[in-house]
Amino acid sequence: MNSENLHQYQPYLLRYALVQLRDPQLAADVVQETLLAALDGAVFSGKSSRKTWLTGILKHKIIDLLRRQARERSLTDGDDASEAEAVDALFANDGHWRQFPVEWGDPEKSFADKKFREVFEMCARVMPIRLARAFTMREVMELSTDEICKELAITPTNLWVMLHRARLLLRECIEIKWFGNRT
Amino acid sequence: MKMNWFELSCKQASVLLSQAQERRLGMLERSKLRLHLLACDGCTNFFKQLSFIRAAIRHYRDSDTIE
Repeated sequence: MNSENLHQYQPYLLRYALVQLRDPQLAADVVQETLLAALDGAVFSGKSSRKTWLTGILKHKIIDLLRRQARERSLTDGDDASEAEAVDALFANDGHWRQFPVEWGDPEKSFADKKFREVFEMCARVMPIRLARAFTMREVMELSTDEICKELAITPTNLWVMLHRARLLLRECIEIKWFGNRT
Repeated sequence: MKMNWFELSCKQASVLLSQAQERRLGMLERSKLRLHLLACDGCTNFFKQLSFIRAAIRHYRDSDTIE
């Protein structure tokens, strides 16, 4: 495969890496590595589409990067108490929502709205990094519980707690910043 | 409100709704959840919003534009 053919996938790969890594420089680096690996002998079997094939290489590069980062600093401990506090604040002592989630109507209509996209990305960015990492491994890279637990060296129970927290916080932010004040 | 063993709080329901995105819930869990959702609009909204969030992330991930 020549470099010109590969080049057309760069925007897509960059977007994918950015949603996962949230750092434009790191994202650009892994995409660069991915394209080099693709040019440099990684075998395209022709069974999947080129895009799927490149995404597969990119996933490996991202996981390698996450592993290196994990070695440099532990992301599995430290913030547990403050996360728990943020989530507990959403519920009363008897377990009821303090603010019941409101009806979002037909939210898919917001996809095309550039402002909604900005709100969505902002809400994903402000999530605590530890939660964001697990959440994006699950939702962006679509890794299984087992795969994520192996990478992060945590138990499924830990992971489910983190994903629950991530979803609650993201939902809360989107509702407040977008759907809440539109009714 | 006092709860019996079969009733979930909204917090417990939200835990199960989130886990349902990762694993198949057990029969008892599903029954409890169904019962809770019948009575609770807030959790029903939460349930729909989880699917929407998943769809939104895939939508943005797979769109080819970069700002």
